[in-house]
Amino acid sequence: MRFSLQRLLAMARKEAIQLRRDPRSLAMAFLVPAAMIIAFGYIISFDVRDIRVAVLDQDHSAQSRALVSAFEAAGRFDIAARLTRPEQIDPLLNRGAVRMALVIPPDFEQNLLALRPAPVQAIFDGADANTASIAMNYSEAIVTAFSSHAVLGTTALTMPIGVQSRVWYNEALESADMIVPGLVAVIMMIIAAMLTALTIAREWERGTMEQLAATPVHRLEVICGKLLPYLAIGLVDVTAAVLIGVLLFRVPFRGNPLLLAAMATMFLLGSLGLGIFISAALKSQLLATQTAMLATFIPSLLLSGLIFDIASMPLPLRLVSLAVPARYFVVVLRGVFLKGVGLDVLWRQGFAMLVYAVLGLGLAVRAFRKEIVS
Amino acid sequence: MNGRLLNWSRVRQMLQKEFRQMLRDPRARRVLFIAPILQLVVFGYAVNTDVRNAATMIVDHDQTYESRALVSALTSSGYFRVADRSQQPRDLVSALDAGRVLVGLEIPEHFARDLAAGREADVQLLVDGSSANTANVALGYATQIIGQWGLTHGAATAAFANSDARPGVDLRVRAWYNENLESRVYNVPAVIGTIVLLMTLLLTSLAVVREREIGTLEQLMVSPLRPLELIVGKTLPSVFVAFVDLTLITAVSLLWFHIPFRGSAVFLFVASVFYILTGIGLGLFISTVSNTQQEAFMAMFFFFLPAIMLSGFMFPIANMPAALQYVTYIDPLRYFLEIVRGVFLRGAGWRILYPQALVLAAMGILVITAATRRFHKTTA
Repeated sequence: MRFSLQRLLAMARKEAIQLRRDPRSLAMAFLVPAAMIIAFGYIISFDVRDIRVAVLDQDHSAQSRALVSAFEAAGRFDIAARLTRPEQIDPLLNRGAVRMALVIPPDFEQNLLALRPAPVQAIFDGADANTASIAMNYSEAIVTAFSSHAVLGTTALTMPIGVQSRVWYNEALESADMIVPGLVAVIMMIIAAMLTALTIAREWERGTMEQLAATPVHRLEVICGKLLPYLAIGLVDVTAAVLIGVLLFRVPFRGNPLLLAAMATMFLLGSLGLGIFISAALKSQLLATQTAMLATFIPSLLLSGLIFDIASMPLPLRLVSLAVPARYFVVVLRGVFLKGVGLDVLWRQGFAMLVYAVLGLGLAVRAFRKEIVS
Repeated sequence: MNGRLLNWSRVRQMLQKEFRQMLRDPRARRVLFIAPILQLVVFGYAVNTDVRNAATMIVDHDQTYESRALVSALTSSGYFRVADRSQQPRDLVSALDAGRVLVGLEIPEHFARDLAAGREADVQLLVDGSSANTANVALGYATQIIGQWGLTHGAATAAFANSDARPGVDLRVRAWYNENLESRVYNVPAVIGTIVLLMTLLLTSLAVVREREIGTLEQLMVSPLRPLELIVGKTLPSVFVAFVDLTLITAVSLLWFHIPFRGSAVFLFVASVFYILTGIGLGLFISTVSNTQQEAFMAMFFFFLPAIMLSGFMFPIANMPAALQYVTYIDPLRYFLEIVRGVFLRGAGWRILYPQALVLAAMGILVITAATRRFHKTTA
């Protein structure tokens, strides 16, 4: 049988009609990605603010009060409790009511003014290691500045080395800028696989597969026809996500929109194909759901570099991450959005996308044939 | 039929049927028992926010003993490693563009001279801000290390900074509950909660809608089973599987990842019962309100992803906007994470964590009641 575009389009129409008959699923296909980008743009924040501190000031001196107000003035700390006895620290930290306790011993001012070491204890709730280490850095900076000031006299102190730090691509360290572009990859991966993961399995369960098998259509026409409506939904979703990022979260878009569109199409084709493959291989909507969730969602969220740095993972996991398509698309999205780079930098990722698209479609077509023959 | 709400022999029959249906397919058995362990291992290694060996490029225009000493102060901290060196600031730009390095340090000419003369010696630190959390943490470490090194090597401050009894405030930092500040210790218990929620939802969200699509729901309806017996028959097998999963992944956390367990196992067990019932009730509810399996799948996902994001698993709740912080109060995962983290790391028990356990119990009762009601209506 020769490949016919007409039959392919007829197949696409049939699938689109079927989609339209299930308005709730259709609405979710459009609303879920948009709602998620908006929600996560607000939720995800790596800034550490409002670190709740309990202060145990046993010195009650001008200097000890000055140290406490240096913490308050830094803007990151919130003095949540003033304690009178050391035993009060444990329950507060244990309950998570404060993240840090600052203990200033009785002879603090005396030692400081006599130019002796004046120990101060800072106890952190280390359970959340990330927040704790950031809070430690802040405290050490505050104490170093306070200490130099107190020891070297009242003149404004210049530190021996001035560190001029600049953060590139994201000057204000805006969490939304880091997260929103990459999030598009993860959400599209799931939506795409989810949209198609059930389509073939459903035909099996409802018994319409024999009808489809008896219809004189080539399997490539079936697969492409089934994919087309979903590809359209996916592209609308990506466009909406990009617009939300740029308009609502003010994420800069410095690169070429056409490059992004091409990459997104390849990525969607691969993911939709993967969904069809899962569907055709498992023949059960229940198993297809579970597999799609475990095979697409978890790896894309964890091993794509969106939230967790791939470089700091152990080698076996880094190797596994090479097989996670979202990993490449995250780099593309960040590159196009934030860095404004083109194919000269992103050609490797572009190649990976191409391989993914071909592989996804190939797997889908192959798995589908096997089913009809058996 | 007698007047009791539950007839145990009928429930037993139903349980047998459900178990057989659930575990008959070897592929299903793999999804139910092997997948959670794999997920825990992958999660356990991946969920790591520690910054170690960040790739750094050095552009050293000074090439003196001092400039090299500054670089080795950075690398010996373990947070940074020198990935590349160059004399051209241009190279730094392209390395950052391509994502080859995360941090760039440019040391100007006259660095050593300025330092010796007591003038401020400026160095330039560039960080790739597109790489999530790492930029923030790396920037903090680098500033801290360079600042400290400067104090002990600068002409104006070296005298006091290097003396044995160094005057000034001596900040002694200690971290409780997680002395080495390993993010894994904090995250793996949270992974347990996340996986259990995912499994309970996967187990039940298609349960009812599937029977409806296949057409076996009518068969079930005409059988002499009461609604309550049906619900018990549908939930108990899932509760059982979820508990096996919870036990398996907790064992892997303790034996493989060596996560400390400091609290009461009994309390954790009780709280887990409430939590699993909540998850299963939510799944059943989704299943009863959905018309097709696809719809149920999407609804499940629409609930699951925000539940993770709002739970405080990866993003501390304290850093969210105030309005969203209120939303987290309806997230069962939030309460369970407070419980597992408290029990594992802080050795907390009933005395401290009873509010969280009670909220979960209330949620469990609420959603199971709602699911049963919906089920009545759909079958009536």
